[in-house]
Amino acid sequence: MKLIDHTKVVGHMNQRLVKNQVYKVIFFIATMFGLLILGILLYRILTQGAHYLNLDFLQNLPSRRPERAGIKTALIGTIWLVGVTAPLSLLLGVGTALYLEEYAKKNRFTDFIQVNISNLAGVPSIVFGLLGLTLFVRALGLGTSVLAAGLTMSLLILPVIIVASQEAIRSVPKNLREASFGMGATKWQTIVRVVLPAAIPGILTGGILALSRAIGETAPLVVLGLPLFIAFLPKTVFDTFTVLPMQIYNWTSRPQEEFHALAAAGIIVLLIMLIIMNSIAVLIRNKYQKRY
Amino acid sequence: MASVIEHISDETNRENVYKTKELNLWYGENHALKNINLDINENEVTAIIGPSGCGKSTYIKTLNRMIELIPGVKTSGEISYRGRNILDRSYKVEDLRTKVGMVFQKPNPFPKSIYENVVYGPKIHGIRDKKILDEIVEKSLKGAAIWDEVKDRLNQNAYGLSGGQQQRLCIARCLAIEPDVILMDEPTSALDPISTLKVEELVQELKQNFSIIIVTHNMQQAARISDKTAFFLSGEVIEFNLTNKIFSTPSDKRTEDYITGRFG
Repeated sequence: MKLIDHTKVVGHMNQRLVKNQVYKVIFFIATMFGLLILGILLYRILTQGAHYLNLDFLQNLPSRRPERAGIKTALIGTIWLVGVTAPLSLLLGVGTALYLEEYAKKNRFTDFIQVNISNLAGVPSIVFGLLGLTLFVRALGLGTSVLAAGLTMSLLILPVIIVASQEAIRSVPKNLREASFGMGATKWQTIVRVVLPAAIPGILTGGILALSRAIGETAPLVVLGLPLFIAFLPKTVFDTFTVLPMQIYNWTSRPQEEFHALAAAGIIVLLIMLIIMNSIAVLIRNKYQKRY
Repeated sequence: MASVIEHISDETNRENVYKTKELNLWYGENHALKNINLDINENEVTAIIGPSGCGKSTYIKTLNRMIELIPGVKTSGEISYRGRNILDRSYKVEDLRTKVGMVFQKPNPFPKSIYENVVYGPKIHGIRDKKILDEIVEKSLKGAAIWDEVKDRLNQNAYGLSGGQQQRLCIARCLAIEPDVILMDEPTSALDPISTLKVEELVQELKQNFSIIIVTHNMQQAARISDKTAFFLSGEVIEFNLTNKIFSTPSDKRTEDYITGRFG
């Protein structure tokens, strides 16, 4: 006796196939929605800002007259900020990740640290701005300097870097560590010779993605009190400065149409920087991706 | 049971490398090794056999304290290596593992060149002289019977080797630190029969210069290559004797059942 009535199965067939098609279309529309919005954004920005985008725009200092205004100070300021944030956050982040994954014993205390790192990753950036204002700008007296902003940004992206590094370190096969320990290597020797070479692609990918977030952040820098208009470049990390998102924010808040176009051009420059950084991350990942 | 262990007729009078006295080991609440007493001689091949989960891998990993990588392990008793208790806190594991090398179940070469794999250990112990390193590489690869196969491609990645070659490379890597004892944890379980045979032949040669302790699932392998065999069951040593005695006239019923394939 057959338990399945095959005429019923055939009768059901069409309904099942239609259902499948309906869901496929729904998911396709969901994907298209995001792409469409991105497309509109890019179209608006490009039509508004493209004709301002030239070498003068990159090389000019900001100005009250839109036709002479440029983003030199903001662009250089952003590079300064990355220059301070990248080494600080990578050193602290990778150090923490190595300690938690390789050295620390798993107990309640390390669990507590772990949970807090994950929580920190979800704290709004403006809160980090307030922390930076209290600690670095006021208490340590660093003012609105590159260093104060760099430290604040490092704290902001630190949790992301730690989690990404931990995952990269954890993905190094255990049997490679065993091989190293089995020959009498210390933890440090094993980390330097086996773990880090295998984990570096993952760490760098996570690090670059986190840094590109730092480049786009505005809120914490507004809270720190970074100047919106500045006509000179920082010479040391103790000088005040401004960054691209701040400059864009400044231009969009002005009434004149020309400044809005300038803001659009600024956004194009920022987007190009982000695309370059993300591409580097993808390149690193593809180049060093190893299968064990 | 103890009487079985004590009356091994040992006409060779070889020295002990390891003396295990009343070793107990717990994984958390799980009592994995129960009152183990075993003396292991130098320049012999000692095989450890037993069904899965009997504690044989746990025991061999205690001999170079790799077991400490697993959290929540507690031990009591004593394992003395050349007269010093290695379970003592003051015994540095790095020092112990320089003298006691290990070959693992799955070949685990580093994702580096063949040359870099072999010199890994010596470099760790501070040997930088290129000439000496070159000599170590040749000697170790010859010692592991893989020199002829790889001498023309020492700078190629070790991942390009076959599984059997990778395992012999791992043996070469182990020989490069010039150990006294070599621990092998089911070294052929991931290999094909021909590669297995090569590793077995290698073990026979290596025992001239090293003391070898080998965990194996394969009883024929234990019978072929070992001088003495210890039979583990549920964390206890049931019988420890000369291999030909164990396989011809086992004194414990459980050993007999196991080697005749009635369980396990």
